[in-house]
Amino acid sequence: MKLFKSKRSAGLMASPYIAWAIIFIVVPLCMVFYYGLTSADGGFTFDNIATIMKPGYIKALKRSIVLAIISTLVCFLLSYPLGMILASMKLKKNAYIVTLFILPMWMNFLLRTLTWMTLLEGKGVINTILEFLHLPTLNIINTNGAIVLGMVYNFLPFMILPIYNALNRIDENVINAARDLGAGTVQTFLRITLPLSMPGILSGITMVFIPALTTFAISTMLGGSKILLIGNIIEQEFTQLYDWHLGSGLSIVLMIFIILNMIIENLSDNGGNN
Amino acid sequence: MSKDLITLEHISKSYDGQLILDDLSLSIYENSFVTLLGPSGCGKTTTLRIIGGFEKPDQGRVIFDGQDITNLAPNKRQLNTVFQKYALFTHMTIAENIAFGLKIKNKSDSYIKDKIKYALKLVNLEGFENRMPDSLSGGQQQRIAIARAIVNEPKVLLLDEPLGALDLKMRQDMQYELKRLKDELGITFIYVTHDQEEALTMSDHIVVMNQGYIQQEGSPEKIYNEPENAFVADFIGDSNIIRSTMIRDELVEILGAKFACVDKGFGENKPVDVVIRPEDVELVAPDAGTINGVVTGLTFKGVHYEMDVEANGYEWLVHSTKLSEVGSNVGIKIDPFNIQIMNVPASEDEEAISETV
Ligand SMILES: Nc1ncnc2c1ncn2[C@@H]1O[C@H](COP(=O)(O)OP(=O)(O)O)[C@@H](O)[C@H]1O
Ligand SMILES: [Mg+2]
Repeated sequence: MKLFKSKRSAGLMASPYIAWAIIFIVVPLCMVFYYGLTSADGGFTFDNIATIMKPGYIKALKRSIVLAIISTLVCFLLSYPLGMILASMKLKKNAYIVTLFILPMWMNFLLRTLTWMTLLEGKGVINTILEFLHLPTLNIINTNGAIVLGMVYNFLPFMILPIYNALNRIDENVINAARDLGAGTVQTFLRITLPLSMPGILSGITMVFIPALTTFAISTMLGGSKILLIGNIIEQEFTQLYDWHLGSGLSIVLMIFIILNMIIENLSDNGGNN
Repeated sequence: MSKDLITLEHISKSYDGQLILDDLSLSIYENSFVTLLGPSGCGKTTTLRIIGGFEKPDQGRVIFDGQDITNLAPNKRQLNTVFQKYALFTHMTIAENIAFGLKIKNKSDSYIKDKIKYALKLVNLEGFENRMPDSLSGGQQQRIAIARAIVNEPKVLLLDEPLGALDLKMRQDMQYELKRLKDELGITFIYVTHDQEEALTMSDHIVVMNQGYIQQEGSPEKIYNEPENAFVADFIGDSNIIRSTMIRDELVEILGAKFACVDKGFGENKPVDVVIRPEDVELVAPDAGTINGVVTGLTFKGVHYEMDVEANGYEWLVHSTKLSEVGSNVGIKIDPFNIQIMNVPASEDEEAISETV
């Protein structure tokens, strides 16, 4: 595509975006690194980053990683069969069904999570109904399970969409060709459908894992004050303790995990192509 | 010729209440090159998908080598398909694509390696083992799709418009290649196309289809020279198709003039359709032929001239190496052997559809 006559005019057209990227991405990133690698008196230090190894912090990080992995896994297990069903329908209708799954995303994220709070509370909607039916009440709120539920509920569409798109793009005749060459249903799935949908799976994983790893809103609302994720700790450093140095240092740790996640996914994606 | 390998018995198929194939019966001989020919949407692909097992007929049976395979899954059938748009596995190398069927059958590595080599040689793409499908041209991808199918040594190869996406030169080369392949492998080819020239060039046997019905089947020569109805005549090459009256055996009245012909048994004073190929219309001096006309159009076509001649209220299409200028008066003469008489269609389905050509 030769949309622009010269590189210079292309650069000119891109300048608002470059300016935007500098102001809102590069500058804050530099600030995070500056604060993260300095102490209160301005000297260079790794202490902020090393703080992650202290018991309370490492526990929160571990819990964050475990809950993010569980949520991602649950999202994947729910999304893949659904994506296959939707893609196999090949109807005009499935556009509506897909919209149905995106619809909750049009509502504010905090509102949606707040709704779950009201539903799950000790004297919330669900328990009120259970009591009315003389059934034992549930204790879900303020557990790890409630946090996973909140994550899955909020991030599920980010898994469904890329997987559905990847599956939908697979030519029906490619599947037929595998059958034609003697592959049964299971073999066709393992050798053709799964590898061809891998890019969708990987972007789905990234799009669920990263927000799940970094969230603090979901854990605040559904985990109460007892269950701290690494996101909550960083948030507290900034908003309650005003320790920007420690907050930034911990953010750098989180960034390392995110970058690690992306590298692993890039590697496995290339592995699928070779 | 030889024995039947595949028989379709009274196959019917509907989609969404619309009848696509209606009571279709067809026999395919072993080791023949059979072409299903017809306009787009006439049910060729559906027929092929039923043979391949990707679609179940609503009614009727598919017999393969004496066995009823109507309900057999595609992966259990001893035939392979070359799909319309190649359908290569884009996440695998060329070698892995070709090896796919053999790996499923647990063949040994050395056997698979030999087969890949052999197949790539057969389709003239030696050394392509480690390329990815996306890096190949359309023609090359098509040949890989063929290689991927034939390494499994099927008894029958189904090909659905395999050359449809290629440019003219490539298509002609591939036509030749496919014929060579067919002779080298000694297997049955069932080939689908809407291109009548392709069908005439390649086939041993042509099945002309329209709107889910078989219109006529036979050798290319027979289909071209003796079309049984106006649809076939119109679809296979240019023709003059004129509603006429059979006066009696061997005499037909075309546009008010009596022509001698060789056909018999149509009855007396019965309406018929006559087909006269443009190369069979002879232009002579005025009054030297059966009817007179005026040349109204002239196009140079390389090997011959194409002329339009207005005579007795019909615009005749004429191909000739001899030039007659626009405006000149001519006579039209037709050899009795070149007048093909056909019954007028009993149903609308056989009606010639002019926009299909
Ligand atoms: N899966 C399907 N669902 C609904 N209609 C179909 C389907 N496949 C084919 N058809 C219809 O059946 C008719 C014949 O199709 P096809 O066999 O593909 O024709 P051809 O290959 O001769 O062009 C067409 O009108 C097409 O729209
Ligand atoms: Mg077709």
